[in-house]
Amino acid sequence: MSLNEFFSMGGYGIYVWSSYGICAVVLLLNVIQPIMRERRTIRELQKRFSLTTVNKSDEHL
Amino acid sequence: MYLPKWIHQFGAPKYFYDISFCISRWFGIICIICFICGLYGGLILAPADYQQGDSFRIMYIHVPSAWMSLFVYMVMAIAGGIGLIWRIKLAEIVARSSAPIGASFTFLALVTGSIWGKPMWGTWWVWDARLTSELILLFLYLGYIALQSAFEDRRVAARAGAILALVGIVNIPIIHYSVEWWSTLHQGPTISKFDKPSIHLSMLIPLLFMVFAFKTFYITTLLIRVRSEILEYECNTSWVKQLLGNNNVVK
Repeated sequence: MSLNEFFSMGGYGIYVWSSYGICAVVLLLNVIQPIMRERRTIRELQKRFSLTTVNKSDEHL
Repeated sequence: MYLPKWIHQFGAPKYFYDISFCISRWFGIICIICFICGLYGGLILAPADYQQGDSFRIMYIHVPSAWMSLFVYMVMAIAGGIGLIWRIKLAEIVARSSAPIGASFTFLALVTGSIWGKPMWGTWWVWDARLTSELILLFLYLGYIALQSAFEDRRVAARAGAILALVGIVNIPIIHYSVEWWSTLHQGPTISKFDKPSIHLSMLIPLLFMVFAFKTFYITTLLIRVRSEILEYECNTSWVKQLLGNNNVVK
């Protein structure tokens, strides 16, 4: 099977590849979005916790 | 109500947070392997269909995403129900985290089905039983997600969402049996538990790989979502403070 044949998919290339493309985009977003969210959550909580500990040590002074 | 001890332990957010990273990594690896096998088998090895030509290859993403759209909904509704009855925080988190993934699968099933329908049926969309009930499923997911962001209190949101999900469960058998109950453009089931599948092995094996890939994909991404939800739910507990507190600040 030649590469050209593979991409033309017997004339159905546009249908096959567009659906695989949309699928790839949606699945990738479903991986990237939760990973970004986890990082953001960890960063925000770390910031919050370091702020509260700084305030507490200020009170002691 | 009585529950065995291991369920309590497994349902404890801290315990689950600790083990989930390892589990999600292994499922992620299995998922990638299954995707590679399934795509290679489905796009290259499997022969063209004698009726549909190469367009049948859309099946390898259409069928798994349609199956998963129902499966994820069942998980969401059952987890929501468990959260409603036993007030297990982890069950609420699982239900909440499943919704966007399930909505994505439903969206994919509808879009790939539509793209497949154009060359085969000659139309992008018909208002028949299977397609319409699947569209209602998408609206159920979107309604659930909207409901989650409508409440300030996560636990109230989880309870409201669980009730919506449990009521919406009536749609699941309708989707499943729609091709048998009503006359529709959509074909009947090709693979059934009680019958020999009406599909050749060279086409069936890649499909099974893709189904497994989608399932492990769901588990992997669900666990990542659950981890951040646990941190947000539990941000006032000592173990989260210890985990992310002053000592471990990563800049």
